[in-house]
Amino acid sequence: MSLSSSDVLRIAQLARLEVTPAEVAAVQQDLNGILALVAQLQAVDTAGVAPMAHAQDVMLRLRADEVTEADQHRLFQAIAPQVEADLYLVPKVIE
Amino acid sequence: MIEASLAELADALAAKKVTSVELTERYLARIDRHQGALNAFVTVDRERSLAQARAADARLARGERTPLLGIPIAHKDIFCARGWLTTCASKMLANFVAPYDAHVIEQFGAAGAVILGKTNMDEFAMGSSTENSHFGPARNPWDPARVPGGSSGGSAAAVAARLAPCATGTDTGGSIRQPAGFCGISGIKPTYGLVSRYGLIAYASSLDQGGAFARGAADLALLLNAMAGFDARDSTSLERPKEDYARDLARPLAGMRIGLPREYFGAGMDADVRAAVEGALAVLRTLGATAVEVGLPNSALSVPAYYVIAPAEASSNLARFDGVRYGYRAPEYGDLADMYRKTRAQGFGTEVKRRILVGTYVLSHGYYDAYYLQAQRVRRLIAQDFVAAFGECDLLIGPTSPTVAFPVGAQVSDPVQMYLNDIYTVGPNLAGLPALSIPCGFGAGGLPVGLQVVGPYFSEARMLNLAHQFQLATDWHRRAPPGFAAQ
Repeated sequence: MSLSSSDVLRIAQLARLEVTPAEVAAVQQDLNGILALVAQLQAVDTAGVAPMAHAQDVMLRLRADEVTEADQHRLFQAIAPQVEADLYLVPKVIE
Repeated sequence: MIEASLAELADALAAKKVTSVELTERYLARIDRHQGALNAFVTVDRERSLAQARAADARLARGERTPLLGIPIAHKDIFCARGWLTTCASKMLANFVAPYDAHVIEQFGAAGAVILGKTNMDEFAMGSSTENSHFGPARNPWDPARVPGGSSGGSAAAVAARLAPCATGTDTGGSIRQPAGFCGISGIKPTYGLVSRYGLIAYASSLDQGGAFARGAADLALLLNAMAGFDARDSTSLERPKEDYARDLARPLAGMRIGLPREYFGAGMDADVRAAVEGALAVLRTLGATAVEVGLPNSALSVPAYYVIAPAEASSNLARFDGVRYGYRAPEYGDLADMYRKTRAQGFGTEVKRRILVGTYVLSHGYYDAYYLQAQRVRRLIAQDFVAAFGECDLLIGPTSPTVAFPVGAQVSDPVQMYLNDIYTVGPNLAGLPALSIPCGFGAGGLPVGLQVVGPYFSEARMLNLAHQFQLATDWHRRAPPGFAAQ
């Protein structure tokens, strides 16, 4: 199947990426080219094959629920776009 | 000195024939001279490098002798290094000074290696040519009109041009092996989980693996000895006893069974690449190895499976770049959602956006099973093919890439064509297997050809054994690109 321009805009919205009207056609063509490449997966018989989520089938480790990080918020916030009173600033969300 | 192996450099440092400061100065001067033509580096910080070299000289003066003490190394600009600009070749991180060290950087720091600079790459490691860099394409020293491969193209170009004796890289779908092949040097991607991903900016976490470049395989063994090791901060780091990856270098190849995957030797490989790879096989036979044909029947599905799984993981990993905590924020925006959309649209390049969109789609409601889960099922079939093949042989060999390095600009407008460069390299990533590339000759235009070696899990020492024995019998890895030999 191939994506329409409104599909492209819906995916862009999900991805929080602005795609301008001037860009839609080119993005649509690129994505459809890639989807055509991966379409051959659909024809493969994978009945009874478990999905392989990871390069090695190992269990992820658990660790004790202990604090392991020191407070370095000043160091980390020094590289933030906008900070005030130790808080990250963003446009107002709740009126 | 510029042509010396890492072991020879360590001997020269120990014998006080050269200091780490002198060695570092020599490489920095070469970077100065050739950076304009190759664009191999994103960041060079002379004072910071020389301070590390002075510290290494002090350790040497105290009698400390470790294999990498005082040796300069270039790091792919995907590894966070405290105090260094760490950009991932993206506008999104163009102002990001890392507040901490990646595990790999800590390991090399503890070993006493000196950071020479941060190398150019495809943005967020997405690409096969180093053309997707916010800082402009890197160039191949064998022909600056050609790409060095990617995504770790800056590291490969730097080592090939003798701007660094060794370098780090990362390999998600071939990003160490393909540029090593295109640039005529050696490069290894270890077994998934051997090298910690802590501080390595994530692209596709179930595939990303750190590794190394050098001219010869013996050097790679020393680099892997420093890089590998358990790190609790990477949830997929493997707890295994320390190994010496150089332990089998001198072992004869007599009796080694080499598998030739018939799918890697079929149509699709250029004739010049085939001739070089078959020449390498003939050398391995004279060294006592035997060859057997094996099958990897699902290998044609590896590129499609990869280009579902890797974008899916990328779309999730790159959600962190939102203009709030670090990196770029759009100068003008309306509400919060608009800030995200504009920041990400302006901060990411075309290929990164393409993969985020593909990944978002294959994970979205109604398409997850058909694309993502199906790709994961095919991934298992691909991994099972390798396991079956290793029942009949010790190691697999084949071409690293179907062609030699292509011209800058030749494939940027066709993403699918670019993806097909990865046809021989993505399989080992999907399966989590170790793989390396060594130079095995020259093809059209005098451009290098890479020989790929793939091994069972944790067979790095045996793979390096094959590579080193091959390099004792050949001199492809010693050839310098015209204009970049020692002077």
